[in-house]
Amino acid sequence: MSDPRDNVRTGWSAWAWAIRRDRKASIGAALLLFFAALALIGPWFTGDPDALVGVPLQAPSAAHWLGTTAQGQDVFAQLVVGTRISLAIGFGVGLFVVLLGALVGVTAGYFGGKVDALLSLVFNVFLVIPGLPLAIVIAAYLPSGPLTLALVLVVTGWAWNARVLRAQTLAYRNRDFVSAAIVTGESSARIIVREILPAMSSLLLAQVIGSTIYAIGAQVGLEFLGLGDVSRVTWGTNLYWAQNDSALLTGAWWTFAPTGLAVALVGFALSLLNSGFDEITNPRLEMERAWRRELRRTGQVPGESTPVVRG
Amino acid sequence: MLYLLKRLGFYLIAAFAALTLNFFLPRLMPGDPATALFARFRGRLGPEALEALRETFGLTEGPLITQYFTYLAHVFRGDLGISIAYFPAPVSEVIGNGLVWTVFIAGSSLVLSFALGTLLGIAAAWWRRGWIDTWLPATFTLLGAFPYFWLAMVALYLLGFTLGWFPLGHAYGDDISPGWNATFIGDLFRHAALPIGTVVLGTMGGWLLSMRNTMIGVLGSDFVNLARAKGLSPARVVLRYAARNALLPSVTGFGMALGFVLGGSLLTEVVFSYPGQGYLFVQAVRNQDYPLMQGVFLVITLAVLAANWCVDLLYLWLDPRTRDTAS
Repeated sequence: MSDPRDNVRTGWSAWAWAIRRDRKASIGAALLLFFAALALIGPWFTGDPDALVGVPLQAPSAAHWLGTTAQGQDVFAQLVVGTRISLAIGFGVGLFVVLLGALVGVTAGYFGGKVDALLSLVFNVFLVIPGLPLAIVIAAYLPSGPLTLALVLVVTGWAWNARVLRAQTLAYRNRDFVSAAIVTGESSARIIVREILPAMSSLLLAQVIGSTIYAIGAQVGLEFLGLGDVSRVTWGTNLYWAQNDSALLTGAWWTFAPTGLAVALVGFALSLLNSGFDEITNPRLEMERAWRRELRRTGQVPGESTPVVRG
Repeated sequence: MLYLLKRLGFYLIAAFAALTLNFFLPRLMPGDPATALFARFRGRLGPEALEALRETFGLTEGPLITQYFTYLAHVFRGDLGISIAYFPAPVSEVIGNGLVWTVFIAGSSLVLSFALGTLLGIAAAWWRRGWIDTWLPATFTLLGAFPYFWLAMVALYLLGFTLGWFPLGHAYGDDISPGWNATFIGDLFRHAALPIGTVVLGTMGGWLLSMRNTMIGVLGSDFVNLARAKGLSPARVVLRYAARNALLPSVTGFGMALGFVLGGSLLTEVVFSYPGQGYLFVQAVRNQDYPLMQGVFLVITLAVLAANWCVDLLYLWLDPRTRDTAS
């Protein structure tokens, strides 16, 4: 076996290499790239999604791949065009929610004492107040649109990240590298940004992915209830119109099935990527896999008991 | 005891925060909140009734702090204003009618999904790499990626519309009068099966995975080995020794999941036109029935807080360590 340190890579090429090596991560990344491409260049090919192109409620055919809506618009065009805003809000909110969570959580964990008590109280209160109802109430009062939606999702989504990152900061707070930085007289802000945050980069990445899954799901749910801008084409408003036009009671499955599948595929891709990253960055899982490979190689069958591998 | 009181104090603060949010949100709107809030009442209410309604929301002439206390006083008396859509019924009455349905749907989905998911998680960890462990976590992760309400739409389409096995909506049939008899109760369950089933399907995976992963860790620990070495029956080792300890993180998660499952069941209610809080909530938003909307938000939040406190009680019973530090 070659020493893994032989091929140490850094930066993006390290990630690209690790993703390619892990099956889950590569499937997830490929799916995501597909949807990103769809969002970026797809709308140029499909034409105007609001155009009335044919008889309403046509089943899928060669002319309209996914049929037409109750208004006579092309479902496929709506699906492709909707991808752009839905993914943009999803990833934007995912990133922002983690930034806010990191700001609050790391501050609370690093400074401790009264700061911690106060900030913890705030995010615990936000955690315990049910998110969707709060989001609905806020969205109902603000003018509808992507910005409102993003704001609402950030307000209801940041607290979980703050809680996780606070706990992680507490774990690092008394480690040697942080103590050393304090002794050398570095400022608290610098220690947080240059020492603590980089140390939990893999956790932050997992949080961004998890928050994006949340943001896409919650966004589609809110828009489904009619809280988005219903004149704009997004995945959520597509479902809103399908429900509003009684797609179910007229048997027009093609007006809601493709959008839900797209939402699920993006969510599934993100969670594959997440567990793939977990396998890449978690040495314990890597060790267990190496051990299983070794067992297979030597032709042994693992026993009934749980294989606990200790490094 | 101290632990429970501390938690109670926290929930009181949270309830207070929710009330405060409820008070300030209408004031976030551009323009005069009173005008927007009561625009739809115009022509239906006399000036005196409108004045009373303004007072309920604290929209008086006084300074903000006085308005706030006026609002709080009304909420504590259970006065949440008058609904526009169900005029002239008071909001508290409208909500009361829908509450039982939501508690039924959300409560049974939550309990069923937790029980089934946890049991399957135990099974997956015990027969590790067996068929349960190989297929179920992946299947449920995939199912969990779908929005619940979309699963509900598909289930309604396939099982309700195409196959006709289940009714297409509402809590019970039009032709049946409510009462404690077998026909009515049977009809209730037939109507509730799809809403509950889809939420359970969408949320079970989380419990399954969390229980499986914790169980695997616990099964490798010394006290479980000791229990096995003592020659205890496998069922006893798994349930009394390993599962009881592995349950703790799931119970902590239970409190967190409450709000989440409730959100999911609100959306599901909309798909099935089920007459619970979610349906009311959305109707209120669409009709710009702001008093009803805020009332529903408040009631849902208070219900979640109360349920969380019950989870804390459960935790106290499960984990003796909390009792020790408490005394």
